Amino acid sequence: MKTFIPISNGGPMLRADIPHLPFDTFRTQALDIVKNGGKVVHFFAYEDSGILKFLMVLRTHELVVAGCDAPETYLSLTSECDPFHLFEREMAEQYGIRPQGHPWLKMVRYHKNIRNKPDVFNNDYTQDIPGAYDYYRVDGDDIHEVAVGPVHAGVIEPGHFRFNCIGERVLHLEIQLGYQHRGVETLLQQVTPKRLPILTENMAGDTTIGHGLCMAQAVEALASVAVDDGAKIIRTIALELERLANHIGDLGALCMDVAFLPPANYFGRIRGDFLNLSLLLCGNRFGKGLVRPGGVRFDLNDEVRKTLTDRIVELKPQVEHVLDLIFSASTVRARFEGCGRVSRDDAGHLGLVGPAGRASGLAYDVRRWFPTEWYGYLKVPENPKPSGDVYARALVRKDEVLQSLEMIQSLIDRPVTTRVVEGRMPTLPPDSLCVTLNEAWRGEVSHALLTDDTGHILRYKVKDPSFHNWNGLAMALRDTGISDFPLNNKSFNLSYCGFDL
Amino acid sequence: MLSVLKNRFEQGYRTCNYPKETPAVFPRYRGRPDINKDADHSVIQACADACPQDAIDVEKKRIDMGRCVFCGTCERVSGGAFVTFTDDFEISTAQRADLLTDGTLPDLARHSKQHFKKLFGRSLQLRQVSAGGCNACEADLNVLATPFFDLARFGINFVASPRHADAIVVTGPVSRNMKTALLQTYEAVPEPRVVIAVGSCPITGGPFYGSPKIAPGLESILPVDLFIPGCPPHPLTNLHGLLRFFK
Repeated sequence: MKTFIPISNGGPMLRADIPHLPFDTFRTQALDIVKNGGKVVHFFAYEDSGILKFLMVLRTHELVVAGCDAPETYLSLTSECDPFHLFEREMAEQYGIRPQGHPWLKMVRYHKNIRNKPDVFNNDYTQDIPGAYDYYRVDGDDIHEVAVGPVHAGVIEPGHFRFNCIGERVLHLEIQLGYQHRGVETLLQQVTPKRLPILTENMAGDTTIGHGLCMAQAVEALASVAVDDGAKIIRTIALELERLANHIGDLGALCMDVAFLPPANYFGRIRGDFLNLSLLLCGNRFGKGLVRPGGVRFDLNDEVRKTLTDRIVELKPQVEHVLDLIFSASTVRARFEGCGRVSRDDAGHLGLVGPAGRASGLAYDVRRWFPTEWYGYLKVPENPKPSGDVYARALVRKDEVLQSLEMIQSLIDRPVTTRVVEGRMPTLPPDSLCVTLNEAWRGEVSHALLTDDTGHILRYKVKDPSFHNWNGLAMALRDTGISDFPLNNKSFNLSYCGFDL
Repeated sequence: MLSVLKNRFEQGYRTCNYPKETPAVFPRYRGRPDINKDADHSVIQACADACPQDAIDVEKKRIDMGRCVFCGTCERVSGGAFVTFTDDFEISTAQRADLLTDGTLPDLARHSKQHFKKLFGRSLQLRQVSAGGCNACEADLNVLATPFFDLARFGINFVASPRHADAIVVTGPVSRNMKTALLQTYEAVPEPRVVIAVGSCPITGGPFYGSPKIAPGLESILPVDLFIPGCPPHPLTNLHGLLRFFK
């Protein structure tokens, strides 16, 4: 009998080699793997010569893949197993197929399906507002609702948050996104290849390197383009710089949210210093323009390497001292500890990844499990924390900041040579598949690239870690004071645009 | 308490002296493009063909900085023969047409609306609206509040409500799902109000140009007073734009 078969991270394969199962077998096997602890990496649909198909990538101790023909309506997998829930909603929205018995069949991003099928959610898309939706309501005389967004008080991305509260206590938080939807996946399949790097770098600008790497690795694997060691080292440094800037910024912002202003200002400034180190490397504070198929567009010559080394030597003690200041303050601990707890069980059911998952005890880290670039040669410590609260999420970030600094220092203590690339896109082979995963600062980023019989992109599926983690934030707010929402939100700091695509 | 003081001492004074002095940016930074008008037609054509944003006008030998994401591909392709990106970050304009540059830009201060200077020169309150932004422009606007840039010393602040604002600062390609919220925010700002477009996205759609899910530029929806190009604009570019336009 055909079953799911292992694939490697960034390993190319022919589409003909993907096990094509009968739907019922596909469903049973997938449920079996996930009920026994497997996680969903991808579950998406695509059209192949007019036939709609499913493709699923699951993660156990390895990555496994299988596909099947997609029925127009089918018995929902979510009805038996939670981690499929958002994937099935996404497919219902994108292709107009209906998962029967789905417990929460609600739109994801508010757009028409691409096959012009009747809308699963009965939405009228001539109306502009995705908020035109019946939110979950808690009934009772003392219940009140708070609606926040899409335009928020700060300089941040848009999304709508609907709280059902009793007094200060949040009974239920519902998060409705989609405001940022730019049609990225469709664009990726339609544009000329030269636009691919720019699009992948900008689908979530704070994760430029994470998404850029996923695209570059997939294209390199499919087109058999070799990448030299120097480029792999530079890419690893860039991904760690991205992690540093974001974690440091978030730790500062967490202090702002508990009104401990000195570290908020120090880390605000130091975050900028790390963004500037990306600029030092490639001319852009977010690393845009660095990663291209075949390698990197900028080298790490001795002059740049020396400046980078000097800056890190200068910044490291400052970072350590500010971290000490934050984590030794009893007022900070009092606000962080026990706030917004997500149990390990819930984290597992929701499929949380990255620091949010690690803070709830899920040790998974792509850099350890499925290493890309130079991570196979680096010691990436496990960072699981048991408590699942804001404190744990802050602590994971703190550990990772210190570890990233060490990783970068170990990588730049000797010369790095690479042949810079121009960034031309190679032609892709026909009828192939490649799935790539990287541990960006929010967790597992994954792209799946399928080509058609002429080598054109048939389907480009993107999954940002925030796709897994937004429901973690909703869960953290259960039974938490509404005034602690900003603190919890910042401890996750999820991507709106990476989710909305 | 002691560690707070110790840290404060270690941090020192960090605010830059811009605009009195221009802080140095690292050499690989790509600012205003310098254009060699004598470049060979075939070289310019090669740049235009390679440009992922289709931002190069071969006949007029110009770059559209409103489309450009400053990736530097054209500089690489031409080996600097047609385009070199300078370290000049002062690249904002008051007119969309001025972004179609032959390497020179008009003085922003002389093109800004004089009554804005009178009204907002000493106090300017901004409401930011992210309409499909990738969080890079948002991040580099946020950073203006940190001690290095310290926007508040110029009397400029980001505020929480459009009712308190003089201007809206729009980032992102104006996704269809944000259009209504953007218009409502704009209408909530008391008149006279200013619209500032930050990044290539609100100017032309940026990396997402051609998508039916976005607007073909913010100007198709609202009158734009100040254009700050970049992907994202450097914080100093934002700072320059705000100071020269309003001060």
